Amino acid sequence: MDITDFYDTFFEEAEELLADMERLLLDLDVDDPDPEQLNAIFRAAHSIKGGAGTFGFEALQRTTHLLENLLDYARCGELKLRRDLVDVFLETKDMLNEQLAAYRQSQEPDPEALERICRVLQQLALEEIGKGSVDIADAAPAPVESTTAVDTAAPAEASGRYCVALLNVEAKDRGLLIEELAHLGTVERQSGDETRYEVVLASSLRSDDIEAVMCFIAEPDQLQITPMAASEPVAARAAQHAAPEPAPASSDTARTAPEKAARPATGAGESASIRVPVAKVDQIINLVGELVITQSMLDQVAEDTQGAQAGKLSSGLSLLARTARDLQEAVMSVRMVPMDYVFSRFPRLVRDLASKLGKDVELITEGKSTELDKGLTERIIDPLTHLVRNSLDHGIETPAQREAAGKSRTGNLLLSAQHQGGSILIEVGDDGGGLNREKILAKAAANGLNVSENMSDEDVWQLIFAPGFSTAAEVSDVSGRGVGMDVVKRNIEAMGGHVEIDSSPGQGTTTRIVLPLTLAILDGMSVRVGDETFVLPVSGVIESLQPKPEDLYPMVGEDLLLKVREDYLPMIAVHTAMDISGAEQDPTRAIAVIVQGQGRRYALQVDELVGQQQVVVKNLETNYRKVPGVSAATILGDGSVALIVDIADMYRLHQSKKSRAAHGAAPSYSSTNSISDFGAPAQPRRVH
Amino acid sequence: MNQVNASAKKTRIEVRDREFLVFSLGEEEYAIDILKVQEIRGYDNVTRIANAPEFIKGVTNLRGVIVPIVDLRIKFRLSKAIYDGQTVVIVVNIAGRVVGIVVDRVSDVMTLNDEQIKPAPEFGVNLPLDYISGLGSLDKRMLVLVDIEKLLTSQEMALVAEAGE
Repeated sequence: MDITDFYDTFFEEAEELLADMERLLLDLDVDDPDPEQLNAIFRAAHSIKGGAGTFGFEALQRTTHLLENLLDYARCGELKLRRDLVDVFLETKDMLNEQLAAYRQSQEPDPEALERICRVLQQLALEEIGKGSVDIADAAPAPVESTTAVDTAAPAEASGRYCVALLNVEAKDRGLLIEELAHLGTVERQSGDETRYEVVLASSLRSDDIEAVMCFIAEPDQLQITPMAASEPVAARAAQHAAPEPAPASSDTARTAPEKAARPATGAGESASIRVPVAKVDQIINLVGELVITQSMLDQVAEDTQGAQAGKLSSGLSLLARTARDLQEAVMSVRMVPMDYVFSRFPRLVRDLASKLGKDVELITEGKSTELDKGLTERIIDPLTHLVRNSLDHGIETPAQREAAGKSRTGNLLLSAQHQGGSILIEVGDDGGGLNREKILAKAAANGLNVSENMSDEDVWQLIFAPGFSTAAEVSDVSGRGVGMDVVKRNIEAMGGHVEIDSSPGQGTTTRIVLPLTLAILDGMSVRVGDETFVLPVSGVIESLQPKPEDLYPMVGEDLLLKVREDYLPMIAVHTAMDISGAEQDPTRAIAVIVQGQGRRYALQVDELVGQQQVVVKNLETNYRKVPGVSAATILGDGSVALIVDIADMYRLHQSKKSRAAHGAAPSYSSTNSISDFGAPAQPRRVH
Repeated sequence: MNQVNASAKKTRIEVRDREFLVFSLGEEEYAIDILKVQEIRGYDNVTRIANAPEFIKGVTNLRGVIVPIVDLRIKFRLSKAIYDGQTVVIVVNIAGRVVGIVVDRVSDVMTLNDEQIKPAPEFGVNLPLDYISGLGSLDKRMLVLVDIEKLLTSQEMALVAEAGE
């Protein structure tokens, strides 16, 4: 086993610690900091430093070391916290994230950035702690030399004395430990036996540093370190901190007793949970899906069974069915994570942006515990970030403007999440100026969109989702480039959700995102075409009908338009798009399913509607590749595979087939190239 | 003692025994490294995939996993693609993927040592040389050793999406 095997664990741990650190820093009351919080922040930095030292990530170790020193001064009250100091800490934390990311990709972090942040931190230490302390710049730790450096550099008079008790340490290990202790200071006295062997050590190091070093050799519970001297003068403390600290153990076991007692109060996040790779969970979901299929197969057998055993069999099977269903629900819930995972990254963003824009904004989050599929939480972050930025930039006014409008100087930004049936509703709301109807209409007209003064508010708000649409007078650092809202909409629709806007002038804007709870299960409508069965996502199906001859309008080429009430919709036959033989050719004897995907609405011609059911979504690309017009596959009750239609992609497939037929040549189908077809809406879109 | 060990080791390197699964496509006998084989099953219940090459028969459900099925007989025009009771699907595990290949018949598992494996001739087999790792000769039989991983991940099999697509 190689040390690199532990890298991933360290990276994950460090990322969590950094996230904790950020949360704590943001929560910190600058004027009256909670010592517990400061301790927790310090411990986070300390643990990362320890790990970084163990794995030889020098840049990371050096930065955390400097940060840790400052934090240490802060927690013992020698450093008065200010808002700008917290900003520096946050900046350092971002830098640490970057360094971590670099190491994760086996690269060295940017040396210039490292020098810069180190300089800032050293400068800060010099300015804030005063001249009494030793120049920290000289003390950048070099882990390899650290122990010898202590031997020579640590002044004897600055030493504290510790009684280090070794509990249940075997004699042969004891020698090693004492040898190690001798590196850390001067061993003045030693006595005892195997159960308790006491060493009096004079050392300039702090007890937890000693413990950290010893942890490489002994178990933490084998050590007991008690300071013997009274508290040392402040000057000596500063000198101690300036002295390089040896790399402590990677884990946070390196704690002395009093700190241990303080721990549980801050360890709210340390619930009884285990870290499991998503692949393992997916495997269980697969197997449970199989179980459900097998069970429904047995059901069919039981129906045909006659005789005395039939009753027993069917009652047993219904029990099995119930358990299987419960099991499926339970397994699905494993994939669910609370929205806090998403929301927790916004306080920082809002804080930074608000101060950049000179606005006062309070962020309120509701429904943090609402659960959503892990895969979706990751994909919702970008769209949400965009909406939050928009609200801050365009929505919430400056304090002066707000005051003039008779509102409180501080703007409110609300992030909320709640369950609504089988979906989750996520809202981003602000109490800012609201959308400007006239401006949007004017801009839309200038962009060549088809608009009229009589459009309903809802339709007007939808216009801002058109590509290249931005009403911001000037492009700012934050937003206004006009890329974005269309991407937001597309991303959300790709997740099977939709987005709508509610806005009133002077009162604010609320964006509502409705998403399915999971991508692993889909409400599907099965349809038959020829001998084949396809599944349409119910979320994309609007209605189905049998076309009447008078409603069908043949167009140039082989296109067919279907009149549904006032709309003329293109009709696409699944059997031509998917080359299915034996399907119903006559549209008037087939079924037209009106579908909508990515803003495009059209009619799909199928032979027959089979039924509606929840299906387990299976990725086709795991073992195969992307199939045009198809988003995934599922397994039907009889064990066979059915393809799930990607409504938007089916339209693209149809278009590309048509153009191929028209040009004679065969431009290969590519879903990425033809996305632009989707840009310009041909007609005002209606939200369902 | 040491010497004996050393020489035994040496022989093992020289004549390494490898096991192959032997199957037939038409009249010819082919063999693939048994370590790549996950299982063997019958051919049934394959869902066709539209707009895919003819030799990709479709996908099937292998205990909850969607697996593509390739018919090598069609791809290399080796024999008439008849699907009957004897038609077998060899499920192989290559490059982290699971793929099923349709063959006429699976005959047996054979052990070949390096001395029995000859380099492939320039002609005389129906498969492109690129995918043949050698010829195995056993008594009077000749086995074409197929590099199944190279074959199935190749561009022409169209099983793996091309980069950038």
